[in-house]
Amino acid sequence: MVFLMQLVVTGLVVGAVYAMVALGFVLIYKSSDVINFAQGELLLVGAYICLTLVNVYHMPFLVALLISIAVSFLLGIIIERTILRSFINEPVISVIMVTLGLSSAMRGLIQVIWSTDTRTFPEIFPTAPVNIGPVVVSQVYLWSLFVSLVMLVAFSLFFKYSHMGIAMRATADDQQAALSMGISVKLIFAATWAIAAVVAGIGGILLGNINGVNSSLSHIGLTVLPVAILGGLDSIPGAIVGGLIIGVLESLSGGYLDPLLGGGVKEVAPFVVLVLILMIKPYGLFGKEIIERV
Amino acid sequence: MRLRNPFVMESGVFTTNYRDDMAFHYPMLAKLRVAAIMLLLFLLPVYAGTYLVSIANLVGIAIIGSLGLNILTGFTGQISIGHGAFLGVGAYAAGFITAKMGLPFWIALPAAGVITAAVGAIFGIPSLRLKGLYLAIATLAAQVIIEFVIAHWDGVTNGVHGMFLPAPQLFGFTLDNDVSYYYLVLVVCIIAAMFAFNLFRSRVGRAFVAVRDRDLAAEVMGINLFKYKIMAFALSSFYVGVAGALWGHYLRIISPEHFTIAVSIQYLAMVIIGGLGSVMGSIYGAVFITLLPIVLREIAGLFSTYFPNIETIILGLKEAVFGTTIVVFLIYEPEGLARIWQNIKDYFKLWPFSY
Repeated sequence: MVFLMQLVVTGLVVGAVYAMVALGFVLIYKSSDVINFAQGELLLVGAYICLTLVNVYHMPFLVALLISIAVSFLLGIIIERTILRSFINEPVISVIMVTLGLSSAMRGLIQVIWSTDTRTFPEIFPTAPVNIGPVVVSQVYLWSLFVSLVMLVAFSLFFKYSHMGIAMRATADDQQAALSMGISVKLIFAATWAIAAVVAGIGGILLGNINGVNSSLSHIGLTVLPVAILGGLDSIPGAIVGGLIIGVLESLSGGYLDPLLGGGVKEVAPFVVLVLILMIKPYGLFGKEIIERV
Repeated sequence: MRLRNPFVMESGVFTTNYRDDMAFHYPMLAKLRVAAIMLLLFLLPVYAGTYLVSIANLVGIAIIGSLGLNILTGFTGQISIGHGAFLGVGAYAAGFITAKMGLPFWIALPAAGVITAAVGAIFGIPSLRLKGLYLAIATLAAQVIIEFVIAHWDGVTNGVHGMFLPAPQLFGFTLDNDVSYYYLVLVVCIIAAMFAFNLFRSRVGRAFVAVRDRDLAAEVMGINLFKYKIMAFALSSFYVGVAGALWGHYLRIISPEHFTIAVSIQYLAMVIIGGLGSVMGSIYGAVFITLLPIVLREIAGLFSTYFPNIETIILGLKEAVFGTTIVVFLIYEPEGLARIWQNIKDYFKLWPFSY
């Protein structure tokens, strides 16, 4: 029983981080119908920059965090400006392929700059574990949960109330209508990419604190795809619910099925769910259904 | 059609009967050119060293695979990020048949194709309800799931330890060196390319293209969407399975890490860089993507005396160049090398006039 609860709690925490990374997917998909297969590499860039600033230049963590957020922000804008802008209204395959190309270009550069060894963050959060009832949770997890929740709430409010957020939702609904109402769609696209890069970067820093940083962290970019699909590619609440479900599922299958099947179930379980969802409810739990009829 | 003077530029093709119109190669010059290329290909081991022949083997296998992916993605418009795994299905299927069941290679090769076609068709079922992005993600799931199965189905695949494959035996010959394997790959490759060329002159091929161009319109015209989508998945996987079987028997030892998502992306890159929906494009793309890392390694070798640590960064650089090439092609020449080659030919055909 304690084991089960332990797994659920761990799953929820990791799920919250997934939700945040999935938010990046959702944002970009909502505003421009692009799915960013390079999300995992954006995550890695954020994590590595923060890590370098802390480890090599001995900056305080908060300063490093702010700088890496700023760099991620810029990176998002640069990617949108130089590459994705040419792909507005292009066929889906080009868009998928360009983000795949981008991801492999970024992964290559990351390898050249930081090599492939695992590096660890110095202890930033207190290490003493916390007891929640019978469950023991290390503080890193709690902090990650806290930061993710704050971010998710902040973004929900941003979309509901801020000028920019409303403009983004308008663009997502109908680009032409938004343009004719005086919204600069180009600006919105740039902003979306910037925000997506920032949430990915923060997600990377949190995950890096939990497991250390190496190039395999970018696989999270793929793991999070089932999250986004489960919730519905264009739904922010969907990202949150999907993140928590997939997080718990992963943790449970890791705990109970891995010993039976010899490891690796954790990675594959979300994708099995993904196939089932796609067969039964292709647009996810909260996604907008696109209905085509002849 | 009359024989043209081979030293005069072609200005166009004028046919007077249906037979000529349906021919593959219009002028005599083109027929001669094909014959010359075939001759060069068959004589390659005579004038090229073993190293070049071994590269040619890799290129040939890649061509078969990329033809397969192009049938699915270029001609039918269904994206697959799972072809790396399908390649693995082919390799392991052939390996199981030859190494564990002890059957001859000429049975294993087509059988691997058929098994992979079945697996591909199963993972193509979501294409009934999904298109574009969602389908791409479904095939990505196929990639992850198949990789997992390969790594864990110890009884068939030996799991992470990998599987040893015997050298293929055909007509009493054992194909255990690069040159003999080259002829096997070359023959299969030519059959594969000829089949693909002819496919798109047939009823089925035209249905594929109709599905790609506008699937709803195709349905209205009486094309059974589901049937043709699944058929495209199966046919494409058949090609990839055969490529996998050839690759496995060429490497002689296969393990799960040969068939990762990186391989899928490589094949997609071949199709994109070569030219979507072009048979020749698949060939150009396969040559380009296979040679890219080799050329890069050679260049790095030249510089290694000046930069001693270049070998350590070359791996990363390879990926970076690969990714950048895809992005640059997509931005500046989305129709790929096939289009570039066509433009060059057109330029000389029309020279000195540009219209």
